[in-house]
Amino acid sequence: MDLYKLQALHISKSFPGVLALDDISLQARPGSVLVLCGENGAGKSTLMKIINGVYQPDKGDIVIDGKRVHIRSPIAARRHGISMIFQELNYIPELTVEENLFCGRLPVRAARVDWKAVRRKTIELLEKEGLSYSPTARMKELSVSDIQMLEILKAISIDAGIIIMDEPTSAITQHEVERLFSKIADLKARGTCIIYISHKMDEVFRIADDIAVLRDGRVVESRPRAELDIDTVISLMVGRKLASNFPKRKIQIGEEAIRVDHLSAPGVFRDISFHARAGEIVGFAGLMGAGRTELMRALFGLDGFASGEIRVGGKPVRVASVRDSKSAKIAMLSEDRRRYGLVPVRSVRENVSLSNLKQFIYRGWLHARKETRHVGDMCARLNVKTPSLSTAVEALSGGNQQKVVLGKWMLSEPNVLILDEPTRGIDVGAKYEIYKLMGDLAEEKRAVIMVSSELPELIGMCDRIYVMCKGTISGELTRGEFTQEAIMRLAMGFDRKTGEQS
Amino acid sequence: MTEISKARFSWSSLTRNYGIYFVLVALIILSSIVNPNFFSGENISNVTRQISVTTILAFGETILIICGLLDLSSGSVLALAGLLSVACYKATGSLELAFAVAVGVAVACNLLNALMVALFNAPAFIATLAMQEMARGSALLFTKGQNIYQIGNYTVLGQGSIAFIPIPLLFLVGLFILTWYILNSTRFGRGLYAIGGNQEAAKASGINVRATKVMAFVINGVLVGIAGVLFMSRVNAGLPNGAINYEFQGLTSSIIGGTSFSGGIGTAGGTVVGAFIVGFLNNILNLANVNSYLQQIIRGAIIALAVIYDIWTKSRRTRRLVRSAAAR
Repeated sequence: MDLYKLQALHISKSFPGVLALDDISLQARPGSVLVLCGENGAGKSTLMKIINGVYQPDKGDIVIDGKRVHIRSPIAARRHGISMIFQELNYIPELTVEENLFCGRLPVRAARVDWKAVRRKTIELLEKEGLSYSPTARMKELSVSDIQMLEILKAISIDAGIIIMDEPTSAITQHEVERLFSKIADLKARGTCIIYISHKMDEVFRIADDIAVLRDGRVVESRPRAELDIDTVISLMVGRKLASNFPKRKIQIGEEAIRVDHLSAPGVFRDISFHARAGEIVGFAGLMGAGRTELMRALFGLDGFASGEIRVGGKPVRVASVRDSKSAKIAMLSEDRRRYGLVPVRSVRENVSLSNLKQFIYRGWLHARKETRHVGDMCARLNVKTPSLSTAVEALSGGNQQKVVLGKWMLSEPNVLILDEPTRGIDVGAKYEIYKLMGDLAEEKRAVIMVSSELPELIGMCDRIYVMCKGTISGELTRGEFTQEAIMRLAMGFDRKTGEQS
Repeated sequence: MTEISKARFSWSSLTRNYGIYFVLVALIILSSIVNPNFFSGENISNVTRQISVTTILAFGETILIICGLLDLSSGSVLALAGLLSVACYKATGSLELAFAVAVGVAVACNLLNALMVALFNAPAFIATLAMQEMARGSALLFTKGQNIYQIGNYTVLGQGSIAFIPIPLLFLVGLFILTWYILNSTRFGRGLYAIGGNQEAAKASGINVRATKVMAFVINGVLVGIAGVLFMSRVNAGLPNGAINYEFQGLTSSIIGGTSFSGGIGTAGGTVVGAFIVGFLNNILNLANVNSYLQQIIRGAIIALAVIYDIWTKSRRTRRLVRSAAAR
């Protein structure tokens, strides 16, 4: 028997513009739980997707039971005894419980699906785990926590030697967490190797045998649990060198530009109150799923909210649509520029002017020369590198695409500019230009709200930072109080006074 | 970036951008060989009268396809609108009123299309298919399946000329200018391209997606109504069974003219060229006495080729973009 069930050796993986994994090596022993910790974007999910065959590594090997394997697809991964529970639940809403459990591996007899066997095995499984779902209930009728439990059941039922769990407890109740943990103990006893990703430190320290901390696509530490404590893990997670070269300027802070009071949207965020002043850069930190993007989308009129009030320049405003928020002089750069920011097949010119066409209409005609002049000036100011204004934006690099979206919103002269992950997926040079631009915007007496998962850029650029955790604001820090550890603790739900994680 | 700038002058981009113009010229040369009378005043006049109707339908399809919609009902709605217009003319003798009836009926049908699509989120394919049936049925029901003859002076719009220029051609030119203006010089036009190119981004940029889609159908209605008048007036009767499959001629013209079925791409000029290619091709096949069933096969094959070409150029473009991104 080999000492390790699963080894990842010198794995590297890059995506256009980003090195996601940089020479990562990890080992997991049979009958043990290896917990992966790391910030958003540290490379945990990419590594797991490589092990599960979703991505192919650029370099490096996966070794199972001492043998080098090529895992070309999730189906191949299953043949190698690897099963994965994804953070984003993947199920087909129209399928029934039994169909979902056996999806992709329905038993066949005489060229037909053996539904009797499916039913029998499903009932067996459900009874064994003490779950009381009907095998014929449709997935869409179940609650998120039921679905999560079924996903776990499905992964276990494959009889996998390696089970990967990506934040499996994010949607289930405490009672179910206990059941999951006792299940994990069973699996360990049977010699199953479990890789577990979580941000919840109490869980991590309860179930881990080994802990590996990832940061910027590298393994920064990998040790038995007994040799680590919570504070060490947190500081390892965030222990990135703070670049001192952020172009942060001293700017006179002016009047209150936007104030949000007790904003709630059930199940998404609740009781959110904050404000931002003219000339101020206000940051929003938090882990994935903390509700930051959802909050910003609500402010921008893309999604609704149930209660609360938004004031811009002291006056209450209604933001039922983007047209409302535009007239309230709120603009937002979305985190997902391909989905919400760009019309890829259309030109740079059309993309930049899209939300500003009113400016260019004279007596029913689009004033093409004026449009070209204004868009050209904006592109020059943002240093957009493009062969011409008529080039389709899909032909530009990520950084230049981001500048096109930014140009679109700057042309609308907003008083409040929300930037949701403005530097995601763009190169260092373009990042620096965007930071500089944020300074310019603040200097022009606009309020800039920056949502970011990169703590150094929040710390480098912001005047104040709000930290969100599970849909609420868990803390507010001013420039003097910024440390990566302080922000990360608030983001993971540690109470500032008691030190307890909620 | 330089590699992309260079690619703009390459042969492949020349054929991509101007390929259909070459095809049109080749087709015209071929036509004049097959039929020595092709350039005769009479043939040109006949062909343009026929082509005008489908080109006007194609303008409507282009506007709709650009914003991610389409209209499968335009042939039937054309028949219903034209028929009611003819009936109105026979009853009142007013050409203006008859014209207004055609446009009004077609716009009303398209408002129903818009209602299904923009309000109830029905796919345009299904919604306009339903309208195709309803409009055709209404037309047949209205005359109990009979044709309306002796339509008198109504024929002037489809058959008349002003200074040797066929009146349908004048309509064609006028509506081309209108379509061009809408697509290039209005906020509405920019909205169409944005919605078809990426509806979510259009919405997040403050474009009123619903209103834009309704407006697209309304404009399509105006075009279909005018086409209805020109059609009935050219064939010298009110035909409840007329213009069957004309929506496909319109769609084919639009697609051959470079309108991308995935939305966001298409021009008024390309549509005219596409419609003339389809029209001239029909003309050649007729003049060369090609079996009409065979003609149908050929038309089908051309649609398939046009769509494959559209997808092929797009996937090639994507591959090139990925390569150039990887190179960076």
